[in-house]
This record gives sequence, C-alpha cells and structure tokens, in this order.
Amino acid sequence: MNAPFSRRAAPSGEGLSRRQLIITATAVGGALMVGCSPTDLLAAGAEGETGPFGAFVKIAPDGAVTLVCKHIEFGQGTHAGLAAIVAEELDADWSKVGWEHAPANAKLYANGGLGAQLTGGSTAINNSWDQLRKAGAAARAMFVQAAANRWNVPAGEITVKDSVVAHATSGQSADFAALLADAAQVAPPAEPTLKDPAQFTLIGTDRVRRKDSLAKSTGQTRFTMDVQAENLLVAMVAHPPRFGAKVASFDATAAKAVPGVVEVYEIPTGVAVVAETTWAAKQGRDALTVNWDEAKAETRSSAAIAERFRDLAAGSATLARGEEWQGFETKGDVSAQAGGQALEVAYDFPYLAHATMEPMNCVAQVDGNKARLAFASQGPTLDQLNVAKVVANLPGAIEIETLPAGGSFGRRANFQSDFVVECVQIARKVGGNRPVKLVWTREDDMAAGYYRPLVHHRVRVTTDTDGYPNTWTHRIVTQSIMKGAPFGGGGVDETAVEGAKGSPYLKATPHVDAQLLTPDAGVPVLWWRSVGATHTAYVMEHTIEQLARRAGQDSVAYRRALYEKAGAKRHLAVLDLAAEKAGWGEPAPEGWTRGVAVHESFGSVVAQVAEVKMENGEPRVGRVVTAIDCGTAISPDQIAAQMEGGTCYGLSAALYGQVTLTEGRVDQTNFDTYRVLRHNEAPKVETYVVAQPAGTHPTGVGEPGTPVIGPAVANALLALTGEAITAQPFVKV
Amino acid sequence: MAITLDVNGKPLKVEAAADTPLLWVLRDELGLTGTKYGCGIAQCGACTVLADGAPIRSCLTPISALGSAKITTIEGLGGDHPLQQAWVALDVPQCGYCQSGQIMSAAALLEQSPKPTDEEIDGAMAGNICRCGAYQRIHAAIKVASGQAPATASPQTDA
Repeated sequence: MNAPFSRRAAPSGEGLSRRQLIITATAVGGALMVGCSPTDLLAAGAEGETGPFGAFVKIAPDGAVTLVCKHIEFGQGTHAGLAAIVAEELDADWSKVGWEHAPANAKLYANGGLGAQLTGGSTAINNSWDQLRKAGAAARAMFVQAAANRWNVPAGEITVKDSVVAHATSGQSADFAALLADAAQVAPPAEPTLKDPAQFTLIGTDRVRRKDSLAKSTGQTRFTMDVQAENLLVAMVAHPPRFGAKVASFDATAAKAVPGVVEVYEIPTGVAVVAETTWAAKQGRDALTVNWDEAKAETRSSAAIAERFRDLAAGSATLARGEEWQGFETKGDVSAQAGGQALEVAYDFPYLAHATMEPMNCVAQVDGNKARLAFASQGPTLDQLNVAKVVANLPGAIEIETLPAGGSFGRRANFQSDFVVECVQIARKVGGNRPVKLVWTREDDMAAGYYRPLVHHRVRVTTDTDGYPNTWTHRIVTQSIMKGAPFGGGGVDETAVEGAKGSPYLKATPHVDAQLLTPDAGVPVLWWRSVGATHTAYVMEHTIEQLARRAGQDSVAYRRALYEKAGAKRHLAVLDLAAEKAGWGEPAPEGWTRGVAVHESFGSVVAQVAEVKMENGEPRVGRVVTAIDCGTAISPDQIAAQMEGGTCYGLSAALYGQVTLTEGRVDQTNFDTYRVLRHNEAPKVETYVVAQPAGTHPTGVGEPGTPVIGPAVANALLALTGEAITAQPFVKV
Repeated sequence: MAITLDVNGKPLKVEAAADTPLLWVLRDELGLTGTKYGCGIAQCGACTVLADGAPIRSCLTPISALGSAKITTIEGLGGDHPLQQAWVALDVPQCGYCQSGQIMSAAALLEQSPKPTDEEIDGAMAGNICRCGAYQRIHAAIKVASGQAPATASPQTDA
C-alpha cells in the first residue's frame, strides 16, 4: 500500500476501484453497443468546444487566469489546490488566478480515477495532479513560444515569473495580456515539459489560500438555494412517512387555497406543491392531505434491524434467501492457538444523516426533452444519466450549471440522483421551460434516507504470549451501499470493508478470517464522509487499544511493533510525528487523558492524539494533535482546515450522531433531535504534515481526517475508565 | 399586508402575509439571499440577522413582530467589517453556507463585548452550527477581529 503507483492508481484503496468499476461498467456497456469510448458515450449530445489553452485554462484579455474546475467546491478548498497546480506550472501571478466550475461534460471533465465526472473519494487533487500540471505547462509553453517568435530569441532562454514573460539577454519582457493573442495561436505541445518539483515556488506554501473566502464572508456566494429567476416557481414535496411507501390518494383543496400556491402535482416520490414563494410552497405542502400506500414500506424499527445484524454476526440467526457471507481477508487457520488470551467484542453503529447545512435542493427547467439544471452537482455524469432517462434525451445534452454546495459529505453523489430527478419530474409537469426550484426543508432532508448504513462488527482475537494478535476473526454486517448502483452485484462491497481489509493489524496477524454479510433493508444508504472508515477505523483502533492494554503495553509502542511487522512505514511516520508533537510519554495536562488512533483512508494516513476529559457527564475533547501523510502538500493551510473540519465531523458522529427508526418512521426531524457538534464543544486541532520527497503524488485530505477522532477519544476514555465503548454514539440522548 | 421594514438603513416596502417569517421576506421579496435557511426552528443560526443590534433568528420571526426594529443583514455589514476581514485573513469558510449567520452572531457579540473571552465566544456562538466544523477558525477570527490576536497566519502548523 505504500507503493507510489498504487496510491496513484487507486487512491481510496479497493473501495474506489469498485466505484470506478461500476461507473465505467455503465459506460462500457453502452459504448460497446455504439462503438465509441466510454466518455464519448457519457458525453453524447454535449458541446465540447474549448479555448486555445484547452479545457482547464482560460486566460482573459487582461491576463487573468481562470481554472475551469471539474470538481465541485463544497467546502474542501479543492478549487484553490487545483488552481495552484495550474498556476505553478504556468508561473502565473497567484493573485490574478481565479476559478469557475466546469460544465457537465464527461469527455472533457471525467475524474481520471472514476471514469465519470464526479467528485468523491477524496480524489480531486489526486486525479488532477498530472492533468493540471500538463495543462499549466502547456499554456506556459505557448506564451514562451509566442515571446520567442516576437522577440526572435531562443525559447530556451525565456523565463516566466508571476505572469511576466522575459528574456534577460535582450532585456525584453511582456505580461500574459500583451502576449495573449500570439500565444493563443501557438499549437499547444502534446507533452509539455513539467517543472522539477524541487523548483516549485507556490505549491506547498502558505500562499495557496482559498479564492472564495470574501464572497462567503459577505453573503455573496450564490448557492442553489439563492437562485432567483424571472418566473421562478418554488416546489416542496410531501414525502411518504416510511421508506418504500407510495401515494394512494390525496386532497389538494386546502393546499390550493393558500395564497401563492400555483399547482399541485402527483410525482413518483410524493405530492408536489408549486408556488410563487418558498413560504407559500411550505404552507401549501403542509396543508396537503395524503393517504399513503404502505404495502411495500419498510416497517421495522432500527433497533430490530440492529438486533438481527447482531444475531447474524453471532451466528444465532438464520440467513435469509440471497444472504451470503463473503470473505474479504482470509489466511492461515483461525483455530490456531499461540498461548495468549482471547478478546471477543462486538460494535454497533447507527444510521447517520449527512445533515449538510444547505438541505438538498435543485433548480431545473424542462421544455420537451430539453433540460437545464443549476444546482450543486457532485456527480454531473450520474445526474445527466438519471435526468436523461426522465426527459428522454442523451445524457450529454442535459445542461448542468454546477453551483457551490452548502456541504455534501457524500450526500450529493447519489446513484439515483434522488432530489435532482424529483426536481426534474416537477419541472416536467410545469413544462414550458419555466424554472422550478425544489426546496427540501431540514425535516425533509433528515427523513429522506441515504444514510450512512447501520453497521455491526463482531471481532474475536486470540493473542500470542506477548499479547500480539495470532488469530483475528472478523464479521461485518451492514447494508450494501453499492446495491443502489446502476451496475454491480457480485463480489464484496469494498465500501463496507475498506479499512478493515488492508489493515496493517491484519497484515501483522498470522491467521485471519474476515467476512462480510450485506442483508437488505428498506432504508436507503449512501457513502458518508470517509465511507467504510467511519466504522472500520473505530473497530480496528479500539480493538487494538484493548489488546494493548491487556498486553500491558503502551498504546504507541504496541502499534509501532505491529506496523514494523506489517512494513507499514507511512503509519509509523504519522504515529511517531503525532506522538512527538503531542508529548506522548510525558504526563497529560492535569485533568486530561490522552488517546491515540491511526488510520489510512483515501491514500492518506492520519494519526491523532486526543486529550479528553469528562465534563457534566459527557466527554469533552480539547487538544487534538494530528499528523498526516498526504503525499505532496499543495495547500498546507487547507490541509489543516480539512483536518480541523474532518475531526469535528467525525467527533460529532461519535459523540452524538444517530438516526433511529420506530416502526419504519425516522425519529429525528431536525437539529433539536439530531444533535451535532457545536462551537463550545469543538476541539482545538493542530495539524502536522509529514514531509515528503519533492514530486510525491498528492493524496486525499477531505475525508481522512474524519474517522480517526472517534477511536482516539474512545481510547482516551478507555484509559480513563477502563471500559471499552462498543456502540456509537457515546452520548445517549 | 403591506409593511415597511427598515433593512440595512433603508425603508423597504414589502407585500407579505403578517405571519411570514422575516427570513423569507428578506430572501424572496427583497433579494437579500445572504441570510440562509438551515433549519426553520431556530436551532442552527444560519438565518441570524440583527434587530436593533441584537441577534434574532429570522426563520421564526414573523414580520408582524418587528415593529420599527432596524434590521441588519450580512449585506449591511459593508464587506470590510473587522469580522469579515478576519474571516478572509484566516480563510474561515469551508462550504460557507452558515457563515453569514456566524458573522452576524459574532457582530452582535462584539457590540456587547468588544474584547470577548473564550467563554463569552463559546456562549455567544453555541447557537450557530457549522457542519464543516470551521469552529476553531471562527473562534480565532473573533479574537483577531476584536484585536486580541494578530491577523497573521491561519491557525495551522507544519512539520
């Protein structure tokens, strides 16, 4: 897992490969029929004109450089990192570099790791690294050649700095604006010469800062919720109270009597009220009377689902038809004995809502088979495919203007494009190209499903006489996220096991029997920031901590021994760095207890040392020292921001997060019942980046900071109380 | 009903039912979309505006309850308010959706307490949720804006 090639080719480990497989399978399946490349097919119907500097770089008459950003900006600062890659190779003046979202076009803007235009798996920087270096270098070469031609000097003698092209010997210089017309005529080199990474002047510096902070601090950023247009209608939908239910009948009389309500439609997902304003739409929707057909609805409680998962893992429940255990890591013979102790422990994880600050929403206008959308599209190719089916057009002909998202954490990359299709269904009913903004309230958003699945783990470890694992038996029971994929089936759902599979602890264990079972349930599930690692990191790290205590060993020393055995050099490096910066081995500040955890996800490895105490009966987390190996650090400031934010997101879930169902109805409705981390509960995160050789391929930072804090805190509490914590959330309502 | 609201120093006439929350009048009638919808039940703070300098949750405040209160929204801060400068200097926003409300709550705090303590900041900001978890930088930026910390590097460190 430490080989540069594998980090580059499969940045999120096997889980990503699987996602890639499914998306390309969709494309290839069709491509074979029509005899063109997958991205050709996905982009069918798209207009693919690009400017002289290619698909990713635009340069304005005043010399301003614009990155055409194929990835959505939903908080991770991706735009800044990507723009910096271009600016570095182009030697552009960073203060004159801006960015815009790319249009939906799978041929031009596919994620190199996923085969479709999609942001996810913490791959934005990783998959764009070579592509954008080349784009910047090619544009630079065009300016150099244009200057060489104009000044009649050798191109090799020309330098570029801060958007100024110069020839020292002749004393000539010109900026990008002055050379633009000539440069645009130069044929771009097919294989431009890239900089020696040791010569980078922008990448890795604190100059790489966000370009959107002012707009976001003045209320000027235009989110989907903020789209206004002439004739715009606002829609809200009454959804069924249980997953899988459908409209039986409805009475719209009272809804239509609300001033401002324009029309009421039945759509596949419920009953839509269309109005002139948001408030009218809400009042109209709330005035609907709908009778639901619940014949096919999921009516179980989440407690019943969890109980069955526990029984299945313990072997005390019978497998239903279609349910089958699948091995994901197997070696040796787990009945082997080495004279040590046995530890058997089971863990429960609840459903989790993404609870983005901006609830799901979308703007669409439909005229016959033409559809134009403006919204925060995390997977434009998926959204095009799904919308194309509704309006009967080619996917590439579906126009999408991608807007910044008020958070996503995975929610907006959905195989069904659920809220997007819902909006298009309404816009289709309205017709006439009239724009319709679908608005979900917080309550709609929280009850709509697509949760992080409920998960149960059961682990049995026997040790050798030194207390190190000799056998490791592992059972994971969870719904499969990938079952919702348009293609797939068969094989292990890697998103359910990533992080357990490939763990250095399993590598260091001679005998392993690890299996997955993915029963169906009627609750829609989806990836949630750091996906499988949300639970596997916890199970692996909290189990290891219990083993270390039983072995009477120091937490860091015990892990170090296992990493050395597994050859996990990157784990060792982050562990050592975090331990050193945290003062591990020295007494913690009075009243605080330290816990450590380490996990690799999305090609990056993160170690955290958290200082924890109990306050008013709840865990309180103070200082959190974070060390990350994410390859080349492009924007140290944004890496730190992602460690800070990712830590809060993971801590919020570990301490408070849970969606429960009572007889199929979601219990949580809003932030009063779905508790999330607040300002006064936030830890103080320090981030240290492991130094890398120049040119090391960058890996993800959006997700890897999320899964480590839960086990770090649990491990501190274990040290404090002597009790393992076998269920999340830690704080019971 | 027709009602005149004092928003960002301007009298603005709007047509809306008396029970309409201020949030939707600001956004849908007046086009002031900087103020955000997040929860609709005064739990998240994204809709925070000032009424005579005090923070209110516009999602639950019917326009009929405003009387002659002077409303200030994020658009009324001017763009170079010390908080906005600090927010930019520290690259506080991530997705940015909650930040208008965060800044308005912080503005109200600084009006009350020009040099707030950590505890005062915790207390005043606990009602504003940020799911991206930018809390640490929000906290630091309030310290910067109140002159209690230098507006230099953001609060990250590097090995």
